[in-house]
Amino acid sequence: MANKTALATAPTTAPSGTPLIDMRNISIAFGGIRAVDDASIDLFPGEVVALLGHNGAGKSTLIKILSGAYKRDGGQIFVNGEEALIANPRDAKKYGIETIYQTLALADNVDAAANLFLGRELMTGWGTLDDVAMEAEARKVMGRLNPRFQRFKEPVIKLSGGQRQSVAIARAILFNARILIMDEPTAALGPQETAQVGELVKQLKSDGIGIFLISHDIHDVFELADRVCVMKNGQVVGTARTTDVTQDEVLGMIILGKCPPGAIPGPGALKIAA
Amino acid sequence: MTDTTSNQPVGSTAADKARASELSAVGRFLKATELDTRMLGMVGALLVIWVGIHILSGGLFLTPRNLWNLSVQTSSVAIMATGMVLVIVMRNIDLSVGSVEGVIGMIMGVAQAEFLIRVIGFQLGNPWLWIIALAAGVVLGLLIGAFQGFIIAYMEVPAFIVTLGGLLVWRGMAWLITSGRTVAPLDTTFQLMGGGPRGSIGATASWIVGVVACVAVAFMLLNGRSQRKRFHFPLRPVWAETLLGVVACAAILGAVWIANSYPWPIGIVRQYAQQNGITVPEGGLFIAHGIAIPVLMAVAVGIIMTFITKRTRFGRYVFAIGGNPEAAELAGINTRWVTMKVFMIMGVLAAISAAISSARLNASTNALGTLDELLVIAAAVIGGTSLAGGAGTVMGAMLGALLMQSLQSGMVLLGIDSPLQSIVVGAVLVIAVWLDTVYRKRV
Repeated sequence: MANKTALATAPTTAPSGTPLIDMRNISIAFGGIRAVDDASIDLFPGEVVALLGHNGAGKSTLIKILSGAYKRDGGQIFVNGEEALIANPRDAKKYGIETIYQTLALADNVDAAANLFLGRELMTGWGTLDDVAMEAEARKVMGRLNPRFQRFKEPVIKLSGGQRQSVAIARAILFNARILIMDEPTAALGPQETAQVGELVKQLKSDGIGIFLISHDIHDVFELADRVCVMKNGQVVGTARTTDVTQDEVLGMIILGKCPPGAIPGPGALKIAA
Repeated sequence: MTDTTSNQPVGSTAADKARASELSAVGRFLKATELDTRMLGMVGALLVIWVGIHILSGGLFLTPRNLWNLSVQTSSVAIMATGMVLVIVMRNIDLSVGSVEGVIGMIMGVAQAEFLIRVIGFQLGNPWLWIIALAAGVVLGLLIGAFQGFIIAYMEVPAFIVTLGGLLVWRGMAWLITSGRTVAPLDTTFQLMGGGPRGSIGATASWIVGVVACVAVAFMLLNGRSQRKRFHFPLRPVWAETLLGVVACAAILGAVWIANSYPWPIGIVRQYAQQNGITVPEGGLFIAHGIAIPVLMAVAVGIIMTFITKRTRFGRYVFAIGGNPEAAELAGINTRWVTMKVFMIMGVLAAISAAISSARLNASTNALGTLDELLVIAAAVIGGTSLAGGAGTVMGAMLGALLMQSLQSGMVLLGIDSPLQSIVVGAVLVIAVWLDTVYRKRV
C-alpha cells in the first residue's frame, strides 16, 4: 500500500524490490506518427499505477504493447526482472498479463462462459469442450463479481453494459492474473457498478496483483491509484505518487506537460528555460 | 452470493417464475423445450411447401418414390452447405465450391476409368480403383482448400475475390484435364455412392440404422440431463425431454419407413432374381430400396460437422471469430490458421459432393456442379446462417438444402419451365433472407 514516509515534497522513488513489470524506452510508430516515443514505466506487486493523458496521448497504445496486441518498434519489457518476449496476446497471457479492454473485446454471439474461457477452453478427457464445467466455473466467478447475474445461456450481446463489463472483468481475473491492465474499466458503468469495480480493484491489490489503470476520471484515479504516470504526445511527462501531488498539479501535467516538484520528470516534460 | 444451499435449481428464482407465468402457452412450451423458433419456422415452411406441391401436383409429391429421390438429390448440396456454414460464419464466402466439385469429379473419373487402368495396369473392378480415386479426390479437395485458404488468411486477399477467381480457374481446369471430353462409365463400386437400387442399404439395414439412431437420441438426452444435474443447473421439464425424444425418434423411424416403402423397379428386380436364381412370384417381388448411401453419407457429414461446430475448440473459435474478429485475436486465437482450416474443410466436403454427383451421373463431365455454389450459399443462408457472421447451424443449412431441393424438384413435377424455376428460386432466396432480417430485429 501507500508509502507513508512520503511526506517531503521531493519526489519519492518507486517501491524498492523487483518490479512486476518494467517497460523501458518503448517506441512504436504508425506511419509517420510516433504514437509512443521512448516511454518507460514500471509496476510493483500490489500497486495500482494510473496512466493519464489526453485522447491520443499514447496510453492505450503503450498498454497494448504490453498485452501483445501491438508489436513495439523499440525498447524492452521485463517481467519480474527478466526480459520478456511478448509478440502476441498469447505470449502476454503466459506471463500472467491480463487485459480488460475499453471495447471489452467480447465475442458478442457466444455466451458468458464461452467468452470467459475463449482461447483457454476446458476440455473433457475426450478432447471435446467441457461446456458444463466451464459454465460451473463461470457461475462461480460471476457469483463473486455480480451475484444477481443469471443469464448464462444468452449471447453476451443481449446483456446490459454493466453485465458485459463484469464478463470482461471475470475473464481477466479467472486465470490468476499477476498483472492486470484495465483500460477505462468504468466508462460504460453507472455509479453503483463503478463503486463495485473500485472495490474489486482494492481486493485484487490486496492479493498482490499489480494493476495498470487507464482512466479519464481523475477522481477515480486519486481514489484507487498509488502512482500516476502522465503521457502527452506519446511521451511520458512524469510519474508521481498520488500522495505527493495535487489533482490540479496532475491536470497541469496532462494539459501543459508541466512536471510539478512532487513528480519524477520524464522525457515529455515541458523544458523550463533556466 | 448465489444461494446454493437451497434445493432449487439455480435458474428458477422467484423472478424467473414470475416472468415465466407472463409467457403464453406457446412461449412456455418453447422455453421448456429450449427449441429454436427459427428452426421450427423452417420445418413449418418445408411442410407447407411439401403439402402445397403435393396438392398442386395431384398427389405426386409426397410419395415414397419422390421423397426418396428428393433425399438423394439433396445430399450433394447439403454436404457442401455444412461447410459453407463455417465459411459464412467467419464472415467469408466461397464462390468456388461448384467449380472445385467439377475439377475433383473430373480427376476422380479420370483416375478410376483411365489413369489407374491404362497407366498403372489395374483390372476393371479392382477394389483399389474406387478407394484410390476417392482418396485422391479428398486429398485434392484438401489441397485446393488449403491453397485458397492460405491466400485468404495469410496473403489477405478477400475471400470473395479469391474464390471468384477459383470459380473460373477450377472450372477451366476441369475442362483442360480431358479437353472437355466426358469420362464414363465409372467403377461399379464407386457408383454406389450415387444411390440407385444397388446404392441403397435395403430394408433390414435401414431399420437397424433407424433403431441405432433412436437409441443415440435417447442416450444424448439422458446424458445431457445427468451432466446438468451434476452441476445443479436448471433442467428441462421431464415432459419436454420426453416429447423431444419421441418426436425425434418418430421422425427418424418415419423416414426409414418411407425409404423402405419404395420398391426396386420391376426390371431390376427381374435381373436380380435371375442372377440369384429366385423365381418372381405372381404380382411381382417387393424389394425395398431402404436408405440411399449418399443420404447416409450426408447424415454422417452432418453429424460430424455438428460435432465439430458445437463440441470442439476449433468450432468455438470459428464462431467467436465470426462474432468479433478483434476479440478473438486478443484472446490469443490464431485466426489465420482457423480461417485456413475452414477452407480446407470446405474443399474436402466439395470432394465428397463431387464423388456423389459423379457417381450418380455415372460419368465425370466438366460441367459437374455448375451453379452449385449458389445453391449451397442459398441453402446455408435460408438455413439461418447470417451473412454478417457469427450465427448459423449445420442442421439449419441441411434443412435449407432440403427446402431448396424440394422447391426445385417440386416445380419439375408441376411442369414449370426452367426459366420460371430460376425466377422462383431467386425470389425465394431474397424473401427468405428478408424474413430472417425481420426475425433477427424482433428477437
